[in-house]
Amino acid sequence: MWIYEKKLQYPVRVSTCNPTLAKYLIEQYGGADGELAAALRYLNQRYTIPDKVIGLLTDIGTEEFAHLEMIATMVYKLTKDATPEQMKAAGLGDHYANHDGALFYQNAAGVPWTASYIAAKGDPIADLYEDIAAEEKARATYQWLINLSDDPDINDSLRFLREREIIHAQRFREAVEILKEERDRQTIF
Amino acid sequence: MKQVPAEYYQLMEQLQTVDFVLVELTLYLDTHNDDIEAINQFNHYVKERKHLKKAFESQFGPLLQFGNSYSGYPWNWDDTPWPWQV
Amino acid sequence: MNTHQKTYHPYASPFDPCKPLTEKTYSTPPHLYMGFQPPNLPQFTPAEALRAGTLWKDFYDPYFNSFERAKGGPQT
Repeated sequence: MWIYEKKLQYPVRVSTCNPTLAKYLIEQYGGADGELAAALRYLNQRYTIPDKVIGLLTDIGTEEFAHLEMIATMVYKLTKDATPEQMKAAGLGDHYANHDGALFYQNAAGVPWTASYIAAKGDPIADLYEDIAAEEKARATYQWLINLSDDPDINDSLRFLREREIIHAQRFREAVEILKEERDRQTIF
Repeated sequence: MKQVPAEYYQLMEQLQTVDFVLVELTLYLDTHNDDIEAINQFNHYVKERKHLKKAFESQFGPLLQFGNSYSGYPWNWDDTPWPWQV
Repeated sequence: MNTHQKTYHPYASPFDPCKPLTEKTYSTPPHLYMGFQPPNLPQFTPAEALRAGTLWKDFYDPYFNSFERAKGGPQT
C-alpha cells in the first residue's frame, strides 16, 4: 500500500498569479510525458519485470507521485483566486467553462490524459528503454517550460524536477546494465 | 485567518532536506546494493529524519497517518494547511 | 570533462520566412557519459543537494532560459 505524507518533496514557491503559465504546466500533470503517466508507467511495469529491478521501479514510480503533487501545487497557486476574466485572458476560458478552477488530467492543449501514453511491452529491455526515453522526454519538456516561464520561483522548482529526470534516467540505464549481466551463467559454472 | 508561523517553513525544509538525501540514496542503493558506505550514510539519515519528524509533529501535527504517526486530541490529521496550501 | 550542451549550425535558405537562428543548441546531460555510477562520488551537502536536485555533484546540470542567462544569473 501507499502512505501519504503531508509534505511536498521540494519547497515550491510561486511569485505571481499567472494562469497562462498554469496552462503550460498542465502538460506535466496530464500530458504524455507528464508525472502521472510516469508514475503509472513504472508502477504498472513492476509486475512483469525481473525481481532485481522491481524495487527501483517502485521507488521511482513513488517519487513521480511526489512530482505530480509539486506540479499540482504550482498549477493550484498560479490559478488560485483568478477571476473568470483572468482565466479567459490566459486562454483558459474553455477550461473554466468546463472545470471552473479545478485541475484536470489533460495536456497543455486540453487533450485529456489517456492510458495509451503508457507502454507496457512485457519485455524488460523494451520497457526499460521506454522508461529511459520517457525520462529524457520529460527532461526536454521541463526545458521548454523553463523557456516559457518568467517566474523565477517556478523556474527554481522546474529545474529541480528536470534534474530528477536526469537521475531517474541514470538509474534506468543502470537497471539495463544489471539485467545484461551474465549472473545466471556464473552460478551454473 | 490562522496561518502557520515561520518555524513551520524552517522545520519543513529541514525535513525536506534530509528526506531528499534519503530519496537519492534509496534510488542509488536500488542499483548498488553492496555499497556499505552508502548504506551507513543512509542509516545515519534515517536516524536524523526520526528526530526531525518528532520535532515537526510535536508542533504542527502528524505528517503521516493510518497509524504511522501518533494523533493529538482532537483528531488533527485533517487540520489545515495541506502541503499545496502553504 | 564533457560539455553538457552541444551546438550546430543549421542550413538557412534566403527564402526562410522567420529570421534564421544561425546556431542551435541541445542538452547532453552528464548521465549520458556516466555509465554505471562508481561508488564514493563527491556529494553536495544535504541543503545544497535539495536545491540542486541531486546528491552527487557529477550529475548537476542546471538549465536556464535565455532571459535568466541574459540577466547574468547562474550560467549553465
